[in-house]
Amino acid sequence: MKKTYEIEVDCAACAQKMEDAAKKVAGVADAIVNFMTQKMKVEFSEGQEPAAVMPEVLKACKAVESDCEIKF
Amino acid sequence: MNKKQKKVLYRIIISSVLLIALQILLHFVEIPVIVQFVLYMVPYIVIGGDILKKAFHGITHKQIFDECFLMTVATIGAIVLGLVTSGEEGGFLEGVAVMLFYQTGELFQSVAVGKSRKNITDLMDIRPDYANIYDENGDLVQTDPDEIEIGTIIVVKAGEKIPIDGIVREGSATLDTSALTGESLPVPKEPGDEVISGCVNLTGLLKIETTREFGESTVSKILDMVENSSMKKSKSENFISKFARYYTPIVCYLALALALLPPIILLIMGNAPMWGTWVIRALTFLVISCPCALVISIPLSFFGGIGAASSNGILVKGSNYLEALSETGIIAFDKTGTLTKGTFEVAKILPAEGFDSNTLIKYAALAEKYSDHPIALSVKKYASENDLLTETEIIEDENIPGKGVRVKTISNEIYAGNDALMESIGFKPISGIDYPGTVIHVASNGKYTGCIMISDVVKPTSHKAVTSLKSSGIRRLVMLTGDREESAKHIASELGLTEYRAGLLPGDKVDEVEKLISEKKPKEKLAFVGDGINDAPVLSRADIGIAMGAMGSDAAIESADVVLMDDDPAKIALAMKISKKCLTIVHQNIVFAIGIKVLCLLLGALGIANMWMAIFADVGVMIIAVLNAVRCLKIPKNA
Repeated sequence: MKKTYEIEVDCAACAQKMEDAAKKVAGVADAIVNFMTQKMKVEFSEGQEPAAVMPEVLKACKAVESDCEIKF
Repeated sequence: MNKKQKKVLYRIIISSVLLIALQILLHFVEIPVIVQFVLYMVPYIVIGGDILKKAFHGITHKQIFDECFLMTVATIGAIVLGLVTSGEEGGFLEGVAVMLFYQTGELFQSVAVGKSRKNITDLMDIRPDYANIYDENGDLVQTDPDEIEIGTIIVVKAGEKIPIDGIVREGSATLDTSALTGESLPVPKEPGDEVISGCVNLTGLLKIETTREFGESTVSKILDMVENSSMKKSKSENFISKFARYYTPIVCYLALALALLPPIILLIMGNAPMWGTWVIRALTFLVISCPCALVISIPLSFFGGIGAASSNGILVKGSNYLEALSETGIIAFDKTGTLTKGTFEVAKILPAEGFDSNTLIKYAALAEKYSDHPIALSVKKYASENDLLTETEIIEDENIPGKGVRVKTISNEIYAGNDALMESIGFKPISGIDYPGTVIHVASNGKYTGCIMISDVVKPTSHKAVTSLKSSGIRRLVMLTGDREESAKHIASELGLTEYRAGLLPGDKVDEVEKLISEKKPKEKLAFVGDGINDAPVLSRADIGIAMGAMGSDAAIESADVVLMDDDPAKIALAMKISKKCLTIVHQNIVFAIGIKVLCLLLGALGIANMWMAIFADVGVMIIAVLNAVRCLKIPKNA
């Protein structure tokens, strides 16, 4: 399943960091962060609930870029 | 400005005022160094508090080498140095001012980038917010387009966007397709016509039966494509992210070396080590080194270029393709529907001896009964206009790829197709037909029945397209067609193409493209332009597959790298112009930013550039690069 979320991130390099961090979260098959449209597209692994995975994604992103925001 | 940006702005103002007040105070009153330090710390914390926090956060989360870290080390270094040398070298003022300038630059960058981001997304804002449907009481209600099922009747009033693809059931109106095609020519629509989401209803009230879900509708597909375009990164972007990955650590170690090595060497040589001087040079070095100008301006340039293209009805699927477009040296064209209009008309009927024209048309139309090929359609159209369509039952029908069709009825077996088809069933095609169009031969019950000549018209913009492509440096313009030699030659010379290949079967086109690719110069790219209907394999084999007339054609949107929403071949030249302009700006920024940085790094290491110059090198270069990047949005004139 794929879902798109609105995000807030200030710089292109930080967006890249968020992408790398989100990809490593368990339950995330793939993640793409688009700095220009301020969107994050997350592909969840089979049987994973977005509601359960997304807080982890946010946590991972916050760890690399403390003032980013993901709206979910 | 958003809330976050406003907060930074207030902090900048407050700490600037504090800093100025402090300067005035120091001018009149003698204050001990330690008190000065405390006083300076106030504006420093106001302006740099979050940077320090972020740097600390970065260190604890193993993300050491970032901008915040560089700025923290540089400013704290300057302040500590001021403390140690009692304000002689480096100093408090530098430390605070550098942080202040850095934040100002960041704020500017964030505002400028946010603004241009918004400009670009506005350009592409074709997403419909709602759809009008009737509820169970028969009242019109606004609904989320995502929830509408196929076959629902939706109502689109004048001035509204069509939210979902469908067929007009009631009402007629003219539609503005400019959001999709960049052309503002209004298109009239009547009941029975297909309409595509993203168009704006200009005049009447339309009741539309939806034929797709919202997620499958043209508008969603286009938005998806544009939004995902940054997935496919260009070489320039990859270069920059790789560059940034090595650059920051290297600069940090260089700075460390600059702080330690010269004093140690001086000591060994028996001179005074001058720690202060070298440390301040190392710190200056750090301030200069921030790579943000590059990191931000390159993707912004590409995004601007993609935005400019899409506002002209040219959808580019990724920055890599935008980049490749500028390197194109060979373009291969499909003929029918790409360079020509693809609307055919029966021009001449030549029955063989023993047959009359009506029989010939009747047989041809019967043979083409199940074919949707534009040529078949033209024959059937002619037949129906002249009352020559028959209801004869077809027992067998076969499509012979690249050649034609064969059908069998109770009393007859009819072949209709090109020269190759006739040869394959043992007829020698009549020689000496010098006709610049398509010729369909018909054979029935083992007898050659005659031929029909079909003409196609060159698009009015094809000439202009060829001329401007040639002038923008395309070396070879090759037309690939399944059509006859005569017809291909005629059109190629009429348009001024450099080469043509005629008589190709669908599979041959891929081989021809392969051959052309093997003849490329190094670094040159090959683009193939087709109408996307049956050349998906060729579109994907070419370096850049360009599909045109793609409004509503899923296959084209999926298999092509660049999609022209309308069928104007002149847009190819425009796309290349946009791409070239964008790439020029990208290269300017890379050379400019790296050049200035390297120069300043050298000056800093030699002690010629001080920290004030360093911060200009960082913030100034970034501002100029961002402003330069924004130029990508402007569409080149006279395209």
